[in-house]
Amino acid sequence: MAMEYPLGAEKAIEIRDLKKSFDAKDYVLNGIDLAIPKGKITVIIGFSGTGKSVLLKHILGLLKPTSGEIRVLGRNLSEMDVAELTEFRQHYGMLFQYAALFDDMSALENVLFPLREHRRSMPKAEMRRIAMERLKQSGLDEKHYHKLPSELSGGMRKRVGLARALALDPDLMIYDEPTTGLDPVLTEMVDNLIVSTHNLRQGTTSIVVSHDLYAAFRIGDYIAMLNAGKVLLTGTPQDFLNSDIELVKKFVSKGVHKA
Amino acid sequence: MEKALSYSQIRDKVNRAIDGAALFIWKQIEAVILATGEVMTFATFSVRAFFSRPLRLDELVTHMEFIGNKSIFIIALTGFFTGAALSYQIYLGFKLVNATSLVGPTVGLGITRELGPVLTGLIVAARAGGAMAARLGTMRVSEQIDALEVMGVEPRQYLVSPRIVASVLTMPLLTGIFDFVAMAGSWLLCIQVLEMDEAAFFDRTQLWLQPSHINEGLFKAAVFGLFFSIVCTHRGFTTTGGAAGVGNSTNRGVVLSMVLIIVSDFFLTSMINFFYAVTGMNTGGM
Repeated sequence: MAMEYPLGAEKAIEIRDLKKSFDAKDYVLNGIDLAIPKGKITVIIGFSGTGKSVLLKHILGLLKPTSGEIRVLGRNLSEMDVAELTEFRQHYGMLFQYAALFDDMSALENVLFPLREHRRSMPKAEMRRIAMERLKQSGLDEKHYHKLPSELSGGMRKRVGLARALALDPDLMIYDEPTTGLDPVLTEMVDNLIVSTHNLRQGTTSIVVSHDLYAAFRIGDYIAMLNAGKVLLTGTPQDFLNSDIELVKKFVSKGVHKA
Repeated sequence: MEKALSYSQIRDKVNRAIDGAALFIWKQIEAVILATGEVMTFATFSVRAFFSRPLRLDELVTHMEFIGNKSIFIIALTGFFTGAALSYQIYLGFKLVNATSLVGPTVGLGITRELGPVLTGLIVAARAGGAMAARLGTMRVSEQIDALEVMGVEPRQYLVSPRIVASVLTMPLLTGIFDFVAMAGSWLLCIQVLEMDEAAFFDRTQLWLQPSHINEGLFKAAVFGLFFSIVCTHRGFTTTGGAAGVGNSTNRGVVLSMVLIIVSDFFLTSMINFFYAVTGMNTGGM
């Protein structure tokens, strides 16, 4: 059962009765109702195959819903055409699971890329200053700025990916499975990076898609759990600990056990 | 012992088999139509996107350099030996009827109208088309294309459009080089090795080979450039299935491009000749 949360908070994203089917038979998303509050970290969790990635693609406007409505920063994504959507995506910053850096560009060029694309009138020196500042904020040592992604470690690539996502000062920061496949030390580093980035940028809304409940408890102000294409529960980490829903209890016990 | 089937049972079985076969054929036709439609939509969007802002001129020059400049050596090498080999074969044939003075124009016509554009198309499709499919496929499976999209950059406009336009612009240039070097190969073999009459070689070639023949080949080359770049970028752009998927896309993209070049060459030749017939353009009697 989905709760309304947080009461009275301004919403960055509102999703109403979102349904998605790829073959007109089975619904991957089967009536999602979800509100994501502005300026907070919301973690979307769920077992594999519950529709987290499909939901994320809808929030980004990469997929069109079969039915339902998604409003991001007050705009209905379904009503936008391709050009409007492309323009609107400047409000997003996204850290991909494996950073998705452009492999023919250095770390610095990767961060410069969104600036070159969307701030064409900005002087080159200013672009460079911003890119270097973002890399510094993300904690990448200056000696790695001119290295290609293939010459960087997994943690460094995440830092560059984060700096690139922050280049345009996005209103919405989205993290797609940011700690999957990382060792515990690196996982904690990325979690801390998410929190410090969020705290540094007041007003930014952060959405983290993960199946790591421990990380969700550590960094999330709010958590939404998906199951079988629906929102099973939304609330604070405390709400999850107190929940008597069997599946939530099972998920929580595994997450706590892992911790 | 099995009971013999009645006439109506046999008839029903045959009917079901015919229905199944017809349905199978229809499904195949439907799949081909859908796939063609998808590729056409992709191509139309990509070509139109090139002329929308921001203009990707830097990308265009980069891809022209990759497709064109880096193919020159292999095109020249292939062209030289194709011209020489073709000349030798034609020389051996024409010698039987004492018409060796026609070797030059025959090679010229064959090279400029058919072999130049077709061989250049095949070589560039294998080299640059394969690289396009592999590059875009790798970008797709490593989420780099998704990253572009999320960043508010239209990936087809950034990645596909410049590659298609660069291929269309570069192919005629490469074919021109192929034609020239192939004729040089022909000259070297005919004049320097086979000791044919140089004046007759040039005189007959100049007489029979018209600028329209060269233009015909250059036009074909541009069309082949359009075909292989659309096929290869589409294959790369729609890659799924990780590293194996990239391999498949590259392989299918190159094979399909080559088949398309060879098959479409016949139809292009027919269309061009039909155009000559309708417009009454002088083709030098060819």
